[in-house]
Amino acid sequence: MKEGNRMLSLYTLLVFIFLLGPLVIISITSFEPGTVLKFPPEGFSLKWYKNIFEVSAFMETFKTSIIISLLGNLLALLLGVPAAYALSRYRFRGRDTLNAIFLSPVLIPGIVLGFTLLRYLIVVYGLPIVAGLLIGHTVIMLPFIIRVIASSLENFDFAVEEAAQSLGASRLYTFFKVVLPNIRSGILAAILIAFLESFNNVDISVFMTGPGISTLPIQMLTYVQNYFDPTIAAISVILMVLTAALMFIIERLMGFTYFTKR
Amino acid sequence: MNKRAIYLLLPGLLFLAAFMLVPITLTIASTFVQDGKLTLEGYLHFFRDGYFNRILLTTLRVSVVTTLVCMLLGYPAAYYISRASARKKSILLALSIFPLLTSPVVRSFSWMIILGKKGLINSFLVNTGLVAKPLDILYTPAAMMIGLVHLFLPLIIITLLGVMENLDHELVRAARSLGASPFAAFRKITFPLTVPGLIIGGILVFVGSLTAYTTPALLGGKERVVSTFLYQNAMTLNDWQAASVIAVIMIVITFVVVGLMNAWANRLNPKG
Repeated sequence: MKEGNRMLSLYTLLVFIFLLGPLVIISITSFEPGTVLKFPPEGFSLKWYKNIFEVSAFMETFKTSIIISLLGNLLALLLGVPAAYALSRYRFRGRDTLNAIFLSPVLIPGIVLGFTLLRYLIVVYGLPIVAGLLIGHTVIMLPFIIRVIASSLENFDFAVEEAAQSLGASRLYTFFKVVLPNIRSGILAAILIAFLESFNNVDISVFMTGPGISTLPIQMLTYVQNYFDPTIAAISVILMVLTAALMFIIERLMGFTYFTKR
Repeated sequence: MNKRAIYLLLPGLLFLAAFMLVPITLTIASTFVQDGKLTLEGYLHFFRDGYFNRILLTTLRVSVVTTLVCMLLGYPAAYYISRASARKKSILLALSIFPLLTSPVVRSFSWMIILGKKGLINSFLVNTGLVAKPLDILYTPAAMMIGLVHLFLPLIIITLLGVMENLDHELVRAARSLGASPFAAFRKITFPLTVPGLIIGGILVFVGSLTAYTTPALLGGKERVVSTFLYQNAMTLNDWQAASVIAVIMIVITFVVVGLMNAWANRLNPKG
């Protein structure tokens, strides 16, 4: 069995090299001083990092991405927290069906959802593109918000809430003073996971661009299709650092159990 | 149903109805109408056309291969992680989650550097004299498959890990104490109990590959899959009728695959 173990650990090592190697390579090439992406780079330069700030489209779309993700997150919380609470707190017929409906945006292929939103929100309902972008991002964030918050409500003992109410506290008061503080870390984790989901989204955003409106991933896609210089590698590194930081906070807040639970 | 629950659920439901269910229903309905008449012409037009069938076949082939490779790479790795010490386990879990949270644009782009004409693989092959001139790897179905395996491997590892963590190790220990070799115990106990997880992970990878846009758009070049074909029809050709038909075909395939594989996983689940 020792032999088998060694084989298995070697296999796993190779799997992780495959998984992480490309990310390491992209990071190294971001320091290439020349104008063409090369591995290994022919020197060391930070000029492509500087270039990110000089191409105004990157800064503009970065700002749009942040604003859309944050506003969409807020909307998804306003809609999702009450729903997650109701789904966890009350037992009623049709609960499973409703649960499935709330999680259904992840089942619809993103590219299909993006297209139907373009066709109906923008063209038929006549909404401006920014509104379409915001709504689309809210739709895809909602399942993550509901799932993460519902799973932290599972660990909450609703008897505590009943106790507070029996002592005379109002429903709203107990919600804000008893329930919310208890699931605070779950809510924060939900916000971060939904943020990443929205910030990285391509499938919806690719249909919701117009004059002056685009998100960072879409800007990156367009840039890659026209230029092959190390700017995108430099942005990638910055995005990976951001991702790693958010991941660290998510781990602190609720551990990684959310990811392995399905 | 509790009245209070209704009030709490209603805003979210209305939002999803207005901005998801209605647009999708209208899109589906629109594909059956042409010039004010009920017709299947939209679909017939597609399936009669060899070009679309080829795209559909490429997509299915790429998705099947991606799923199988992900299972092959992911299962042993997940098994290894599940048996590792707590410290090693948490490190490997973090290393699996990191790519999952990293932008698909970044991850596909990294493969452009590796697979391109002047990429890592080609410069190695040319420099060592293994090939005379660079191979065409980028912008082929093979490049898409590599990119998609890279995209979805963490997903299947993490799904399998969840199933393996819930496995009752007493069963394995019991088998061992009754004289089963480690391999026999794995084959008779661990593997059958984790097969449903392998299928669920497989569904996620298959459906993900079938509907992925970013990776085929960056690594596939002119090679189309249904999602990039949908985009092309909607945004480049402005043929919304065709795009809607493709959208409906994608929805149907997704639901059929998820439904069938879920039923299969449930049947294999010994716990019922």
